[in-house]
Amino acid sequence: MIRTEKLSRHFDDVVALDSTDIHIKEHQTTVVMGGSGSGKTTLLRLLAGLECPTSGHIWYGKDDLNGISQKNLYKLRSRMGMVFQYSALLNSLSVYDNVAFPLVEHTQLDESVIHTMVTMKLEQVGLRGFEKFMPSQLSGGMAKRVAFARALAMDPEIVFFDEPTSGLDPISAGVIASLIGDLTQRTKMTSIVVTHDVHAGLAIADHVILLWQGKVIAEGTSDVIRHSDDARVQQFIEGRPDGPIPFSRSETSYIEDLLHKPGTVRMS
Amino acid sequence: MNNEPAQQNNAILFFGSLGRWFLRAIESMGDATVLSVTSLAHLFAKPWQGKHIVIQLYALGVGSFVIIAITGAFTGMVLALQGYYTLAKFGSESLLGSGVALAIIRELGPVLGAFMMVGRAGSSITAEIGIMRVTEQLDALQMMAVNPKARIILPRIIAMIISLPLLVSMFDIIGLGAGYIVGVELLGVNGGAFIGEMIAKITPMDLYAGWVKALGFGILIGVICTYMGYRATPTTEGVAKATTQAVVAGSVGVLILDYILTSFFL
Ligand SMILES: Nc1ncnc2c1ncn2[C@@H]1O[C@H](COP(=O)(O)OP(=O)(O)OP(=O)(O)O)[C@@H](O)[C@H]1O
Ligand SMILES: [Mg+2]
Repeated sequence: MIRTEKLSRHFDDVVALDSTDIHIKEHQTTVVMGGSGSGKTTLLRLLAGLECPTSGHIWYGKDDLNGISQKNLYKLRSRMGMVFQYSALLNSLSVYDNVAFPLVEHTQLDESVIHTMVTMKLEQVGLRGFEKFMPSQLSGGMAKRVAFARALAMDPEIVFFDEPTSGLDPISAGVIASLIGDLTQRTKMTSIVVTHDVHAGLAIADHVILLWQGKVIAEGTSDVIRHSDDARVQQFIEGRPDGPIPFSRSETSYIEDLLHKPGTVRMS
Repeated sequence: MNNEPAQQNNAILFFGSLGRWFLRAIESMGDATVLSVTSLAHLFAKPWQGKHIVIQLYALGVGSFVIIAITGAFTGMVLALQGYYTLAKFGSESLLGSGVALAIIRELGPVLGAFMMVGRAGSSITAEIGIMRVTEQLDALQMMAVNPKARIILPRIIAMIISLPLLVSMFDIIGLGAGYIVGVELLGVNGGAFIGEMIAKITPMDLYAGWVKALGFGILIGVICTYMGYRATPTTEGVAKATTQAVVAGSVGVLILDYILTSFFL
């Protein structure tokens, strides 16, 4: 349903995403994993049309996201939901109004119907009773769950989750992870989940994509990933400190940096 | 010893950076115009943003009333005081009314009113939109198929355009009233002469010029402050810098536009 074709995104000299070809199947949970800075958020933002690729294409069925009209893009987005890495709740609105926002904007539903729907969504994320809170009064994990409820308010067909469980306590994380799996199965939602949480990721994934330095280094079902004989994949899913993937991404020598070049690193 | 090449270099550097600055300024003006025109184009498109315009009118317009009233009152009072002692030297205190009125209606009302609006409302527009950018709220709106240009930028520019002429009118009225109190009640100028002179000397053109200025300043401030916020570098520093730049560019812009408009009306 969603396909990328030689999709690249550069930020000046940084190659965030390097000529990736990805296929996301309908009604499945696709989990994107990879270390910090491997291009996961960039991939999601590109897929959602929030950013333009440096080169390459994104296909939604037969529609190319490059050069899509604003109207069609918005039409597409009204079928999408997104949970941002840092929640991105609308600060001026209460929890209730944040979750109700897409419904108020895009439906003619009655106040009372909206109320019912918002209450249901908040119950799903365990935050019923917090309707009147402002985003500034929420903890990071609570904000994340409100963002989750908001993304699902319109019962979207495609949902992007950027680290839906990071910053959550283990129980909430478990509930959210199983909710994603559940919704995908029951409501035929298509979910794209970016996560660091290997355990939860592999548990809910129909398809796993492993990114490293902007490239896909492995993909397949959870079992394929678990039994991959690629040393980088094994290192990542086992979280081993040593292996082919270096912890530090610096290109210069540590000793050199310590001894020389005064003034190249500056705190302002 | 021989520092001629260095001087030459400095000159080249200076004009180089001046040129770059100038080009950037022109580029930003173009960008700002495009942003505001494409935002304002949503005025007659669905969905109608009436509710949000009203909210902004309240926040920016009504919210600025007190500061405009205070500024207007003290401006009128100081003008009356200064004017009185200057005019008294020539024995023509009776002209005080027209002097105060012309200064306020033609110049000080629109310009000081605009300054106050840049500082109070304009800076908050820039900071608010900038923070929405940093915290990805603008992206969140995009994802919910709500156009931030229509929802965030348009209502703020419109509210600025509507509220500044109204606030400037209030500024004028309050300033004249305060001038009257100082001139007539405190300094003992004849009340009839004060008002008579005022009415005799103010032409409809003066009022019209004042409103046109206020309208122009409203557009200018609305465009600059929304643009600076929308295009702020998405960092804390970026927003801080954008806010400062918005206030500076807004204030200087008001003065330049004031000169241009004044030269048209005189
Ligand atoms: N707006 C930007 N400007 C410049 N560079 C960027 C920008 N966004 C991302 N990058 C760079 O692109 C690379 C990929 O970033 P991205 O945010 O996609 O990583 P990520 O996989 O989501 O990491 P994390 O797991 O830490 O969230 C990084 O090297 C980052 O420095
Ligand atoms: Mg990320």
